[in-house]
Amino acid sequence: MDRPASGCPVPGAIDCDIHAALPNTRVLLPYFEPYWREHIQRRGLERDSFEPSSYPANAPINKRPDWALADAPAGSSLTALQGHILDRLSIRHGILNVIHGAQVMFSEDLSLAFCRAINNWIRAEWLDRDARLCASIVVPPHSAELAAEEIERLAPDPRFVQVLLLAMAELPLGRRQNWPIYRAAEKFGLPVGIHAGSSFRHPPSALGWPSYYLEDYVSQSQGFAAALNSLVAEGVFVKFPALKVVLIESGVTWLPASLWRLDKTWRGVRAETPWLEQLPTETVREHVRLTLQPFDAPPTAQQLEIVLEQLGSDRMLLFSTDYPHWHFDGDDALPAALPPDLMRKICIDNPLETYTRLVKEPVP
Amino acid sequence: MARHVVATVDEIPPGGRKIVTVRGREIGIFRLGDEFFGLINRCPHQGAPLCQGAVVSRLVAPVPGEYHLTRPGEMLRCPWHCWEFDIRTGKSWCDPNSVQARAFDVAVEKGATLVEGPFSAEAVEVTVEASYVVVTM
Ligand code: FES
Repeated sequence: MDRPASGCPVPGAIDCDIHAALPNTRVLLPYFEPYWREHIQRRGLERDSFEPSSYPANAPINKRPDWALADAPAGSSLTALQGHILDRLSIRHGILNVIHGAQVMFSEDLSLAFCRAINNWIRAEWLDRDARLCASIVVPPHSAELAAEEIERLAPDPRFVQVLLLAMAELPLGRRQNWPIYRAAEKFGLPVGIHAGSSFRHPPSALGWPSYYLEDYVSQSQGFAAALNSLVAEGVFVKFPALKVVLIESGVTWLPASLWRLDKTWRGVRAETPWLEQLPTETVREHVRLTLQPFDAPPTAQQLEIVLEQLGSDRMLLFSTDYPHWHFDGDDALPAALPPDLMRKICIDNPLETYTRLVKEPVP
Repeated sequence: MARHVVATVDEIPPGGRKIVTVRGREIGIFRLGDEFFGLINRCPHQGAPLCQGAVVSRLVAPVPGEYHLTRPGEMLRCPWHCWEFDIRTGKSWCDPNSVQARAFDVAVEKGATLVEGPFSAEAVEVTVEASYVVVTM
């Protein structure tokens, strides 16, 4: 697939969304505490894949054909990741986001045990083996106290650069029960990455359960809009002024229209949430970033320009491949029509500004 | 610019208002304590009769959950889409620098001063003893 590198990211780009996958649950066993290892083996849980239903591994969109592995889930091999993405696109840093059933379990303690094991595994098997890699801390999102504990445990390791949540959880993300997570994240300068996905405590569409994957997938952006509205309206960014949020795999084009509606309505009902003293859009521009892929770009370069203008900021987009999900072919990880200085911002400057734990090295 | 007598001071108690017409324009006269303010009775958003809206306070919260009622009775809420305006300046809460209701100069003057003229008083009878609300426009 040697194509002209029109949409190829600039060398030294920072890939803000790479999915490392567990080859199977058994590989986690050495990383559990003894109590939980026995608990898991007694129940035979190591035989389950804990593949989240938001991301069925065999849906074509979740597995680019030339990135598929013969005998293991896509994304589960470091060597393959190096060949497919890190070396090939000259990636300076890649942020690993593990999406796993641990994040949606009902038992808060089991959820924590799994998250700890995953974080230990990612550190030993990925971060220790390739200095370009960093990772998001996987936490039990339905117990904010336990999540904060896990953040405290891992924050001293600068290779953990973010806290990972799913867009659709038991409660809207802005609710105060979740604040211990934001408090801990802010304390350590960790952005909170909100990844597409649902714990399926509620249907992914506000109308009820959809019948088809298409609906589920497309409804994600409504889930993101609701999550963002909740964070803004509950005043999370007022309470935690240094907090940054990265919407991962949210798509981009839904945002301007959603913000217009938020701004417009705020003008009339702002007294209900008096802590919101500025236009919600301004708050979002300051605190919220979005990863690029899957980029729901309009068909022409001209239209794309309009969307970017509507965002009103060139600091919001962060380069991502969303490896091994299938959103582009060849090396065309960026929409071809982007002006070069914006391309550089998206690939390098914006990620460095967002993930302050990343080492700033001179650009090659 | 001319001075228009639009009300006697006693007519508008503190916290009260009167909507008057001056040179064909409707103006809301508001009294905060012993000060008087005038705003055009036309919302800069979409033209609602702004001065008929509810008089409210400025509700603020430095952080979520910490509520303060400030400047009681000094804000005006548009009857249509509920944007809030500062009675003292006409500035909107939501966009104070670009969304503003036009404010007029309002003063209190003694009848004795007024009768020396010039002034116009279409609906108010001016006597030497009383005090009057005067709009300059
Ligand atoms: S007309 Fe006054 S707020 Fe819309």
